[in-house]
Parts: sequence; structure tokens; C-alpha cells
Amino acid sequence: MNKYETVFILTPVLSDDQMKETVEKFKDVLTSNGGNIENEENWGLRKLAYPIENKNTGFYTLIEFEGEPTIVDKLETAFRRDEKVIRFLTFRLDKYAAEYAIKRRAVRKAKQEERAAQEAAEKEAAAAEPAVVEEAPKAEDAAPAAEA
Amino acid sequence: MAQEQQRPYNQGEIRYLTPLSVDTRKKKYCRFKRSGIKYIDYKDPEFLKKFLNEQGKILPRRITGTSLKFQRRVAKAVKRARHLALLPYVTDLMK
Repeated sequence: MNKYETVFILTPVLSDDQMKETVEKFKDVLTSNGGNIENEENWGLRKLAYPIENKNTGFYTLIEFEGEPTIVDKLETAFRRDEKVIRFLTFRLDKYAAEYAIKRRAVRKAKQEERAAQEAAEKEAAAAEPAVVEEAPKAEDAAPAAEA
Repeated sequence: MAQEQQRPYNQGEIRYLTPLSVDTRKKKYCRFKRSGIKYIDYKDPEFLKKFLNEQGKILPRRITGTSLKFQRRVAKAVKRARHLALLPYVTDLMK
């Protein structure tokens, strides 16, 4: 069993749902071939450094997985068959890369939690604020929302 | 008066206004070795830009001071980033 990492770019013409569906499809390819998905990251719509197939943006997705070497071929065939994929890169993680990947995962998780906490705090502040600071009609509008 | 003017030239010693900076060039070093980085991430284009010139070409070792081992890894990371359109293959005025 080796550890691999793959990044692929999907066309920006897809809707959010279609994009998620496609990602699920490739994850299925991995799991059905005995792969074990360790991490998945969605980088969202990003600007490309140069146009690919006349497109300037793309949905980036990163998947780290573990599996036998044959799985890579199967995954890449699936990528090639799918027109929605405009670019992909798969490679084996060596020991330093695996170490780095674990660290990176931890950092990202911590950041996400921090962001979630911040957002929650902001929401609380936003919910509390209008009732105090804003004018009367607006406060009335905000009050039901806060209750809900 | 003529004697006074000649005097500085006759001292037989050259003086400079500022100390000469011969052989005081900073020694180059490999930043990866020094800071203990073992893996160079291709997913971080901002970091990789330190090893490119403004046309997006990889800078030679003699300029960055990177050791051979890490220069190979930098090159690999840059090439992966280019493939994924995180960095351009060719450009002008990147920085």
C-alpha cells in the first residue's frame, strides 16, 4: 500500500451540485478499487495562471488516498474519460511528503475551527447589535431573525 | 603653502572615507537546510515565487544558494505547480 495525492481541476461551467457529484464519482472510483481516502480538500473556484481549454478559472480538488499502485491507473483513466476534468496530477507521497501532509491537515483543521468559532462569534455579535444600536424599524426586523 | 598641499600625498598610506567592502560578501546558504524544511510544497505558489525570476523561470543555484538536493526538489515543485496552473509557464512582470 502506498500513499498518493491527486489534484484535479474541473471546468468552471459546472454548478456547485454537479461539481460535488463529479468529485463523489471519483471518490467512488477510489473506494471501489480498494483505496482508502485519507483527506479531501476543496479549494473552490480558483483563477488559473494560464488559460486551459480557453478557461481562466477552475474548481480545484485535492484527495489524499492510500492504495495499491494499480489504483492510480484506474483513477487516471477515469479522469481522461471525463470531459469535465481539465487537468489532473497524481503522485506518490514519499516519507517527507507524508509527514508534511499530516501537518498540513492538522493546520487546516485548526484554521477551520478557528474560522468557525469566529463566524459564530460574529453571528452572535450581529444578532446582538441591531437591537441595541440600530434604529427602531430595523431592530424590529432583526428581532424575529434572532429569535429564529 | 606648497608643502602643505603635498603633504597628504607623501604620507605613503592610502585612506578611504568609508571602509572597503572587499571580501565581506555574505556567504550564501541553503535556506532549506538552515530552517530544516524537508518537503517543498507545490501547493504554495507564493513561496515558490522566491525561486523564480520575473519571467517565471527557475533561478539557478548560484543565485539562490540552494543546495543541490533541494534545488532538485524546488524544480520538481515548480514544475508540478505549473502543470496545475498554480504558476505560469511563461509570463512578464510576475512580481
